[in-house]
Amino acid sequence: MLEIKNLHVELEEEGKPILKGVNLTVEAGKVHAIMGPNGSGKSTLSYVLSGRDGYAVTEGAATLDGEELLEMEPEERAAAGLFLAFQYPVEIPGVGNMTFLRTAVNAQRKARGEEELSAGEFLKVVREKAKTLKIDAEMLKRPVNVGFSGGEKKRNEILQMAMLEPRMCILDETDSGLDVDAMKLVAEGVNALRDPGRAFLVITHYQRLLDHIKPDVVHIMADGRIVKTGGPELALEVERNGYADILAEIA
Amino acid sequence: MTAPMTRDARRADTTEARLAAIDLPTGGFTAPARAEALARLGTMGLPARRDEYWRWTDPAKLNAEQPEAGAAFRVDRPIFEGRDKLRLVFEDGVFDAAASDDPVLAGVEIARLSEADRADIHWAKAQYGALEASGQTPVARPFAALNTAAATEGVLIRVTGKAARPLHISYRQSEKTSDVILHHVVRIEEGAELTLLETGTPGARSNVVMEVDVARGARFHHIRPQGRATDRVMVTHLFARVAEDATFKSFTLTTNGKFTRNEAVIEVAGDGATAHIAGAALGDGEDGPFHHDDTVFIDHGAVGCESRQVFKKVLKHGATGVFQGKILVRPGAQKTDGYQISQSLLLDDDSQFLAKPELEIYADDVKCSHGSTTGAIDETALFYLRSRGVPEADAKALLILSFLADAIAEIEDEDLAGDVVARLEDWLARRRG
Repeated sequence: MLEIKNLHVELEEEGKPILKGVNLTVEAGKVHAIMGPNGSGKSTLSYVLSGRDGYAVTEGAATLDGEELLEMEPEERAAAGLFLAFQYPVEIPGVGNMTFLRTAVNAQRKARGEEELSAGEFLKVVREKAKTLKIDAEMLKRPVNVGFSGGEKKRNEILQMAMLEPRMCILDETDSGLDVDAMKLVAEGVNALRDPGRAFLVITHYQRLLDHIKPDVVHIMADGRIVKTGGPELALEVERNGYADILAEIA
Repeated sequence: MTAPMTRDARRADTTEARLAAIDLPTGGFTAPARAEALARLGTMGLPARRDEYWRWTDPAKLNAEQPEAGAAFRVDRPIFEGRDKLRLVFEDGVFDAAASDDPVLAGVEIARLSEADRADIHWAKAQYGALEASGQTPVARPFAALNTAAATEGVLIRVTGKAARPLHISYRQSEKTSDVILHHVVRIEEGAELTLLETGTPGARSNVVMEVDVARGARFHHIRPQGRATDRVMVTHLFARVAEDATFKSFTLTTNGKFTRNEAVIEVAGDGATAHIAGAALGDGEDGPFHHDDTVFIDHGAVGCESRQVFKKVLKHGATGVFQGKILVRPGAQKTDGYQISQSLLLDDDSQFLAKPELEIYADDVKCSHGSTTGAIDETALFYLRSRGVPEADAKALLILSFLADAIAEIEDEDLAGDVVARLEDWLARRRG
């Protein structure tokens, strides 16, 4: 589904290389995790894939179902089925969460040539999905992420994911700032979306999120490259010994 | 020593020439007030660029004897159209009886200045020009004095109960050179309530004064979308006096307009009074020059009062926004809660925002704050929206609405606020792509 080939990326302004040849293939129905120490380029990878400004791709390619991703605008990538759950979801004062969700859902439907959802249809779907994530009506009415707790913000990200039904979901440090209960709730939300037609790329610093969202494949990223790939046991190894051992072993 | 004399002489000449071009009314119950206003104007003279509060806004277009010709603006879809209200229409400053509703509204007395001026006994006699006069210190507002002296039309509104529906003063402009002076006087009696809608552009050049006296426990709610005429030259003054436990709220939406100066002078005069004034102004230089100035003076003279000023400007393609806002807390006005925020969103590097926030506080137990910011569209928020599939232009429009939200929140009525948002969305949609 997602195929990244020899991806080289640098910071546009400083010309500083961040990704130095990333190769990664995520198949439909699978959950891949990317772990790595701070500064290894994990979040940059998620931003480059979703189209954030400020990065220059100097080499390589990334495709989603064969479609070249890196040429597309961020909204086109979203319409093509890519979704990034932000590490730090953005607050948008004055725009109701519900309005935001509906604008996003209908924009994507429109881009795909589908009919827009009526207010009534939309409300029905959103209420149902919000309920499983324990998001109440009050939270749907409030401005996007404004005054939300860390857990509420992350649940809101998962709600957006559930509403937009992307095929390729990237979760950037979704566990950061969450306590165990909040993490469980978020993980349940993600697990409910697992589907043979959908793939996940879970970026995390710690193993603990992977206790709840069980990965099929675990990659270790360091200094802008995937340096090791294995099964779930690789995450446990990191948990036990930290990154130093793995990095030493590669070096 | 000669230079100041020359400037004074020039100011006197400008004032004299301006007055000579106006057919000043005589007689009627307003005659004494007009004579006093004329004397005030004679003393202060029309403003000049060197005057402290005219540094950023050149008064030349208002000082000129004749207005510049400007295209009339055809209204395609009037705002608040679906709302139940009593409408009074003025076209180029002339009352249009055929287009207006019968001025009959329970708890509200409505008269026009042109008719009432012949009737000698009128509640407005004591009020016409009074708040304008007291609003002339500490800063002179010469165009308001000119208005009091010269206005022949306007609406006199006395509210004695809770008005069942809003009163709507609707302006239209069909003449390219209409020079309109309107003076409205509003009195909300004890415990009474009124929502006043004031929409559109009165003339090619307009000078509108509204004096609002809000008595004890009364509520006045004012919503003023100023129309979308790009060639408009307009100066408005809103003078208000807010008594004990009374509430005054005013919101202005300005889209387009080559020259708009909205002044407000609010005396927060009774203990426990509330005064909120807000404005959202959007200008795109591609439609024509845009200069918008909000000059506000909030005068706290009582205990335990609250005031809020929320002014937002969205500027593009060489548009200019000005904000001059002052909170004065007089000795003894303890427990004052005064808040002022002025912000601009610059959509490119060509536009500018000039802000002068002032606080002058003579009481020791008060809470006053002010802030002013200038910024661009938040790139992170823009990316967030786009990453959810919202196209860039729509995402920007959403973020502009987000930026304006605090000002729009000052409109109490949800339906009316919805109409204002719809108007904004419309305006933004035309400028996409």
